[in-house]
Amino acid sequence: MKFTLNGETREIAVNPATRLIDVLREEFGLTGTKEGCGEGECGACTVLIDGEPVCSCIIPVSQVASAEVTTIEWLNGGHPLQKLFMDEVGAQCGICTPGMIMAALSLGPAPTLDDVRTALAGNLCRCTGYAAIYRAVLKWRGMPLEDGAGGAVVA
Amino acid sequence: MRSATSLDDALRILRDERRTPVAGATDLYVALNFGTLEQKRFLDIWAVEELRGISERGDMLVLGALATYTSLIRSPLVARRLPMLVEAARQVGGVQIQNRGTVGGNIANGSPAGDSLPVLAAADAVVVLRSVDGERRVLLTQYYTGYRATVMRPDELIVAIEVPPVEGKQWFRKVGTRAAQAISKIVMAGVRSSHPRIAFGSVAPTVVRVSRTERVLASTGDIDEGAGVLAEEIAPIDDIRSTAEYRLRVATNLLRRFWAETS
Amino acid sequence: MAAVGSSVARKDGIGKATGGAKYADDITFPGMLFGRTIRSTIPRGRIRSIELDFDRTGFTIVDYRDVPGKNAVDLMSQDQPFLVEREVRHMAEPILLLAHEDREKLAAARVKIEYEEDTPLFDPEKSEQVFKSIDIVKGDVVAALARADVIVEGTYRTGHQEHIYIEPNGVIAVPEDGGVAIHGSVQCPFYVLKALRCLLGSAHPNVRVIQTETGGGFGGKEEYPSMIAGHAVLLALKSGRPVKIIYDRVEDMIATTKRHPAIVRHRTGLTRDGRLVAMDIDVLFDGGAYVTLSPTVLSRGCIHAAGPYRCDDTRIQGRAVFTNTPPNGAFRGFGAPQTEFAVEVHMERIAEQLGIDPVELRRINALRPGDRTATGQILRDDCSAHMVLEAAVKRTDFARKREQYKGTNRTIGLSLFFHGAGFTGAGERNLKSKARLELTPNGVRIATGSTEIGQGTRTMHAQIVTDALGIPYEDVEVAQPDTSKVADSGPTVASRTCMVVGKILEECAHELKEKLGGLSPAEYYVRNGPLTVERMYEPPDWIQWDDNTYLGDAYATYGWGCDVVELELDPDTYEARPVKVTAVQEFGRPIHPALARGQIEGGTAQGLGYALLERVVMRNGAMANSTLTNYTIPTTLDMPEMDVVMLENPYPGGPFGAKGLGELPMDGPAPAVVNALRHMGLDVREIPATPELIAGCRTIA
Repeated sequence: MKFTLNGETREIAVNPATRLIDVLREEFGLTGTKEGCGEGECGACTVLIDGEPVCSCIIPVSQVASAEVTTIEWLNGGHPLQKLFMDEVGAQCGICTPGMIMAALSLGPAPTLDDVRTALAGNLCRCTGYAAIYRAVLKWRGMPLEDGAGGAVVA
Repeated sequence: MRSATSLDDALRILRDERRTPVAGATDLYVALNFGTLEQKRFLDIWAVEELRGISERGDMLVLGALATYTSLIRSPLVARRLPMLVEAARQVGGVQIQNRGTVGGNIANGSPAGDSLPVLAAADAVVVLRSVDGERRVLLTQYYTGYRATVMRPDELIVAIEVPPVEGKQWFRKVGTRAAQAISKIVMAGVRSSHPRIAFGSVAPTVVRVSRTERVLASTGDIDEGAGVLAEEIAPIDDIRSTAEYRLRVATNLLRRFWAETS
Repeated sequence: MAAVGSSVARKDGIGKATGGAKYADDITFPGMLFGRTIRSTIPRGRIRSIELDFDRTGFTIVDYRDVPGKNAVDLMSQDQPFLVEREVRHMAEPILLLAHEDREKLAAARVKIEYEEDTPLFDPEKSEQVFKSIDIVKGDVVAALARADVIVEGTYRTGHQEHIYIEPNGVIAVPEDGGVAIHGSVQCPFYVLKALRCLLGSAHPNVRVIQTETGGGFGGKEEYPSMIAGHAVLLALKSGRPVKIIYDRVEDMIATTKRHPAIVRHRTGLTRDGRLVAMDIDVLFDGGAYVTLSPTVLSRGCIHAAGPYRCDDTRIQGRAVFTNTPPNGAFRGFGAPQTEFAVEVHMERIAEQLGIDPVELRRINALRPGDRTATGQILRDDCSAHMVLEAAVKRTDFARKREQYKGTNRTIGLSLFFHGAGFTGAGERNLKSKARLELTPNGVRIATGSTEIGQGTRTMHAQIVTDALGIPYEDVEVAQPDTSKVADSGPTVASRTCMVVGKILEECAHELKEKLGGLSPAEYYVRNGPLTVERMYEPPDWIQWDDNTYLGDAYATYGWGCDVVELELDPDTYEARPVKVTAVQEFGRPIHPALARGQIEGGTAQGLGYALLERVVMRNGAMANSTLTNYTIPTTLDMPEMDVVMLENPYPGGPFGAKGLGELPMDGPAPAVVNALRHMGLDVREIPATPELIAGCRTIA
């Protein structure tokens, strides 16, 4: 079957029931997509199909036939969100970070804090309590940091 | 796994082979990953475009079986005619699940906790089943015969859900295990009209319409009496997510809130 | 500009954000097999027979007879086998190991095990097998209780908590040079090394452990990796090939450690005006089926059990006991979240019963410099209980809101807490931790076994070395922990990585600076070649500790916190939703404020989950809700607004005044949540305070 992976047409011969995540990680060596639960609950395996975030651990590869699949590797380290996730400490251990970034990409140009929270509700992070992730995403979109993104004082 | 590219193709395959249809795979692949799935042969219908649309046919709102939660949320038609379904779709899971989960899949999976099911039950929705031999229509409330058991034959496919016009205020409330990405501990949809229509999920082996409660409310309008009947009418159970006691108490509370908020 | 105190670019680089960082499951080796663990399906009994019901072609099969050394995980006690020989003590206990290069074949292999079952013991209160008991006596609690004006009693319960690091446990064992290397997701590579040496005996001297990028730990990768690493090594040695074992989420949840459930009883004597005169505390921890780390978890739990309060006559008795459940173990806070929950809810109940404002009650009793703790430790100037309390009360306008919310669905509550940094008592002295700095052609390299697990070890250590050495931050690199190449700086636990290991590094840097004689590291390297400085930790000389009486200076210093939680209760569904948390915490000096803030925000989130959402449902000794769907940690929509206040009261013995921070934020949220619920009139004394619990709880008279 054929599909577009990070902008390139790729053809593979695998069992159509194979999970998309396994194809990405094992056939293409794209290990930036992580598996945290195998049940579509944690979002660490988030990739984009035709621009929309999905959990690649619960999608048979047959379903991306002739679709466009985008993984974290497509950003190539040059996306501003990637640096912001590090600088704002939106990434601590980092295992949820690729999925979190992929989910955040679908946000519109001027997201409110509530928009960010809703867009990322399918991505679990156990390290940050999410506040630093909000800061990274809101800064990326040039949005003011509302109270919910957390105040902090060093006194 | 085989993949169907058209509805005719899918129905022919189902006539010839026993296969479990796969839509967005959000339930099925979880079971597959956990090794709890008995079925081994699948029919991927994700590419069957004719099952995807949301439209009006006559006075019916027609939801293609492959309509995703995201498409329900984005549909002005659904927002206008069945806003409680939009609310249910928003709460079904994260964006990733909303993008893949389908209304047909929610019905086919048949979990008593399925978030869209009380909405469809309260709206008197009809499940459209098709096989190579033709089409038949079953009220959602008559679709389930027991826990994850349905009237659907192996050669049939859910192709659409038809929702007649809903008159009266619509109300939906999901009580999940947390604020997002949650399974329902109890879920209720209600329509407030001269004959109120009220359905619950997660209180019985299938989604249920509480018809005795509806009748009492329709005839007396007395919510205390209605709540009393509801407590007799449902018999929820303890499970890993909640308790029978809690579910019963919250069900009556929700009924009261529905009644107060839609008056 | 100084590196310390500013949020400099992290040493992690960009890899975590590009997907380039390699976690255990991202790494493959040529010829690698996959490993699988066959586990017990009963909580207690004996194995009668094992039947392998599959074609064995290509399989490597290991049981206890393949252990070359000792079949025991070498931790505090050697009671836990790597593989069951005959006696099964808990569900999901490892019995047999399989490896194959084809994962489908591996998963399909069927093993049938028959057992003779015994009646399991699940109730810790009925357990007669005590792993560890502790008795801390200060003054005369019986006499003090007798002269108290008022006595308040209470029992408080906390449940299991699962770590939910998003990367499950995983390792790869790779045969090399007549020995074996472990690459894995581990917090403490030298713990794994020690366990493997015991497992392998003298037959395999060449063992090394390399930490791969680690997707969260929180204590959950402190002791358990020794087990999984042992399994992978056994398979690798038998097959002669690399073997990868990665747990899936369900296996990780049913088989690995959790936070100890606790039952804590308080009997407290007070004067009528609210002064504590006697605290009699009984702590019971469910240790699970093997000793693992329960004695030290109990120790920390007991030492923190009287809370940050002054009371001359106290007695704290603790027991960690056996049950037929998977062993409980290290989890951020290490016993203190349980006991501090109990004492803080108890303080709230005391305030209710005496009719004293809860803030005032804490003002009367909170520790001050010069006061003695429950272990008799005289606190120094770095005691900040009053500082955090007053700051939190003022910042949240606590008194006004408490009054304003009365009779509404909104409420507010607080907790005051502290957390000892570093190993308990003589622990740091016994540990003899070492750290090393090595000159490189460009600067210096930090070579320790302290792991980066998200908390910022690499960055924060590099900042300390940068400023102590007076060189550019860019010239400091941090070695990947590999036990054959780095100094054993002790485990990455107990809020000690900054305060203790950072301190050794600071001293290494001072010594190195002297040796450089005014040259830059690069200049020195060009002229003289490599240079290494290694030093050992010296705890402050004033620390006195008696391991028999549990009296003395339990910790060199403490972090202090006051959390204020505002929440709303849905009157129809009994769901308590936090709407705002204010976390005021004092931990000496933040080395990297953004990372420090991340520790507080993340720890607070775990604390809120512990308080409200996270319930491990045990059925027949096994976790019945072992999925991320059914064991619910907070999502974005569950988390409230967080307001973090970092106060500074430097600890002279820490690097640049820093104390430990990692665990402190875990101690406060649960009691603050429950105290807020109590302010609504709900008599909650247990967590998680689920809607089901709240719906069924009594109201306060």
